[in-house]
Order: sequence, then C-alpha cells, then structure tokens
Amino acid sequence: MPEQRIVLHNCGAVDPQSLDSFLRRDGFEALKKARAMAPDRVIEEVKASGLRGRGGAGFPCGAKWELTRKSTGNQKYIICNADEGEVGTFKDRHIIQNDPFSLVEAIAIAGHAIGAVKGFIYLRAEYRRLHRLLESAIEQSKKGGFLDNFDIEIRDGAGAYICGEESALMDSIEGRRGEARFKPPFPPTSGLWGKPTVINNVETLMNVPPIIQRGAAWFSGIGTERSKGTKVFSVAGDVERPGVYELVMGSRLRELVVDLARAEGPNLIQIGGATGHIVPASMMDTPLAFENLLGAGGVTVFNSNRDVIDIVLHTMEFLAEESCGKCTPCREGTAVMVGIMEKFASGEATERDISSLEVLCSTMAASSLCGLGQAAPTAVTDTLQHFRNAYESRLKGKPVGVKS
Amino acid sequence: MAAKVKAREDLLTALELAQRELGHIPRSLMIELATAAGISVGEAYGVASFYSFLSIRPLGRHIIRVCKSLPCHIKGAESLIDSIERASGLKPGETSPDGRFSFQLVNCIGACDGSPAIMIDDDLHTGLSPESIPALLERYR
Repeated sequence: MPEQRIVLHNCGAVDPQSLDSFLRRDGFEALKKARAMAPDRVIEEVKASGLRGRGGAGFPCGAKWELTRKSTGNQKYIICNADEGEVGTFKDRHIIQNDPFSLVEAIAIAGHAIGAVKGFIYLRAEYRRLHRLLESAIEQSKKGGFLDNFDIEIRDGAGAYICGEESALMDSIEGRRGEARFKPPFPPTSGLWGKPTVINNVETLMNVPPIIQRGAAWFSGIGTERSKGTKVFSVAGDVERPGVYELVMGSRLRELVVDLARAEGPNLIQIGGATGHIVPASMMDTPLAFENLLGAGGVTVFNSNRDVIDIVLHTMEFLAEESCGKCTPCREGTAVMVGIMEKFASGEATERDISSLEVLCSTMAASSLCGLGQAAPTAVTDTLQHFRNAYESRLKGKPVGVKS
Repeated sequence: MAAKVKAREDLLTALELAQRELGHIPRSLMIELATAAGISVGEAYGVASFYSFLSIRPLGRHIIRVCKSLPCHIKGAESLIDSIERASGLKPGETSPDGRFSFQLVNCIGACDGSPAIMIDDDLHTGLSPESIPALLERYR
C-alpha cells in the first residue's frame, strides 16, 4: 500500500516559517470551523472518529477530552507532549520542523474543546534548535488574530526520557524532578497543579484539524476495527532509506520496512524503541495497529550481522539510565537486568540467569509505577521467545563470540 | 536570575537559563533560586541533578553530545567517540582544562535518520565520519 499523508500533508509543501504559506493551504480553517461548533460537539466528533493516542499508549483521545471537559473547575490545561525520547523515534521532530502552524492550530482546537485557559508545548531539550521556529509560529498566529487570546507557552525539557511520560512531564513543568505519579487520579481529573489536564502527543493533535474539516465518518473509514486513521513511522537502522513514512493503520510491517525503507537483510526489528516489541524477520507480515504491534512509531531494523544480546543489553542500559528512580521494581529491576545481560555478553551467564530474567520481567511488568518500568522487560521477554538461542549459545561453557 | 523565580514552577526554566548563560548552576545561585522558589536547597539541588542537560559543575563553552543509542551505535558511534577523544583529548564526561569543550555521551536525540549523530550545543550534526571530526570541532572555538 502506498503512503497516505494525512498528518504529513503539509510537510514539504508549506514554508514552516510562513503564516501566509500555511493560510494558502487552508490553514486555520479547521480552527474557525471548530470555534463555530459547541465544544461538546467538537468532542463528539473526535470521539466518533476513533482517534487514539499516537505517543505509544493509544488511549482514546475523545474520551480523554470529554473527561477533562466534564471535570469540575474552570482552570484547565492542554499540554502538547513534544518530548519524543523513545529510541528510534523522530516523527514528531519531522512534524514540528515542517508544519508547526498545524500543530498550533490543533492545540487551539483542543483548548476550545476542553475549555482550557492555556496551552503548553513541552519540547525536549534535544530539539531546542526548533524552539524559535515553534515560537515564531505561535507569535505569527497570535498576531494574525487566529488564537483569539488563547495563550500557548513552550516549556523546554532538560534531557530526561521519563519526561515523555505524562505525569513526569507535568512534574517537570511544575519545577520538580520528572517522576511518575501514582494514578488515579488521572490528569483529566487532577493534572497540572492539580487541575484537569489533557496531555496529547504531537501526532495525535495533528489528526484533529483533518478530523474537524473532513468529519469523523471519513476518518473512521480508514484503518482497522480498533485502529482508525493513519500512523506516522520513523524508520532507521539497517535500511537504505531511513526516514518518516505515513501508512494506513493495519498496513503490514513489510510494506514499511521492506517496500518503503528498503531494509537490507533484516533479521530483527524493534518496533517502538526501547520499550517496544522485538520481532524476527519471519513476522514481516504482522499488521501495524494497536491490536497487533505499534508503539509510538519508531522502528529500528537490524540485519543478521548485529548481535541480539548486544541489542538487548543496549536497550536495558538505556532504560536503567533513564529510570526516574521513584519505584523499586523499575529502579532496581532495570539495573539487575543490565548486570545479567552483561553476563550474557561476556559468556558468563548460567541457566539460572535466564530464570532470573523471566521472574524479573513478570515482576516489573506487574508492579512498576509507570509505562517505563512496566514495558522495560519487553525486549528481554520478546527475545527470549523469538531469539532464545541467542541466550543459550552464550551460556557459560559455550565459546564466546558465537552470534545467532 | 533569581528575580525571575516567583514560585516553584519557575524553577526549571530558571535553571535552564542559568545553564545557558553561565555554563552551569553555581552553588550561590542554587541557594538564591531555592529561596525564591520557597523550597530547600536540597530540593533545588535534587531538581538540578536530575536533568542531564543541567550541570552543577562548570562545563565547557561548547558541549559535544554523542548519541550512544542503538540506531547510532550500529552505524559507528564508537568510532566517532574515538575520533572525538583523539581530536579533543577528552574522554566522555570530561571538560577541557581551557574550558573550551565538554564531551558527553547521551541517549537517543531523535536524529536516527542521519546516524551516527551528535549535537554540539544546540546544533545537530549528522552523517559524520571519524575523519570529519577534527574540522567539525575547529568550527567551535
């Protein structure tokens, strides 16, 4: 299936620095239309579209907006999560640098729908070079009279993967360490400074103007039973054409990785970064959808020259470093798993270490406070299932350097 | 700088500003910011030490950040690290005695389509070879 560019429709076709360029491509028409609709009507449309979060968790967007709108209090916030830190993910970067005005428009629509007093964009530190571009888009939109006194402020991250998790993100805006919060309460009830808050991923928001313009029925006619619309993917690794691609939900992994990105002898594919699933090339026909495999959209391809144990070790090192430290299962579990993976890397591991990994995996998945710890075991669990002999060939007594 | 802090929520922005303007967050400023934010110095220190782009020790004028995550790792991050070590005389984690560079290893910076990728200050540099490093570093005095 060829790409279908809904989210990316302006990328490359619009000057990201120019309001006029955006207006010439129907910029702010969706916001005008949304403002003429009652907020509840806007929420109904988003609910009916079936739009689910595009940052990895896939929570129904309309339901999130509705809960927030219905919460008591008149101080509400909309936060755009631009902390894109998952390994191998650069699709939000691509969106921000090519079509910042659409993002501003989307945030304003969300603000209108939930009755927000203010919007924030939490932009990761590593994308600071895009701060000025984004700020200019907000300023020009304001000066052009399009935002109608709705204020959008950019808050910079300071280098912490965990701040992509919504509750750690809010703690960060509040001037704290970015630590995950106990939930419930959930942000729509009690979020930023305890007020009802919506946190939406960049790509999730980018779907809103098209849904308003073309209708929920149009959007829900695209994709699968439980995954409506398209998904933007960023592909890298052992591929001829790394880059950003947008496919209809339910497209096969093969279409993305082989047909579009031109994978070079793929052996292992990591779908969703360090907390994502790992599949062997034999599963190339798996559909990319919430009901199958998805994540935030980062897809990294590894050929058969790459060492499976090395891939898992690097993944666990990343997670151990980025763990916020608040809950014991994740803080201690990730560190222990790194230690065990190092034993596999040096050929010192025993059968007992495989059992230890399995116990740690289920414990962390069941008891960690947030998605980082809950999904941290995924690479290990998946490789034990699909690449078990990578572990077994590294057990003590086997010659080191035997790859699989 | 402390004048800009009226409440706890202004703290991270103030710390980021200090980092950009002073190259680190000196102890005396930490105390001022904590007082202005109405929190203990320990708590302010806890925030400053949490984030990898903030430093309580002086950093160089230019910060070299090499991505060590998987997509860059498999495309030659290690040889870039070696090349930077040779060209700068620094190991990861170190700052030059003359205050010119700090050299750090970081996690995924979202530039995997140009791997191996590095950042110097806010600038992104992609598609690098070990040979291109000395000339690149020359641009940052």
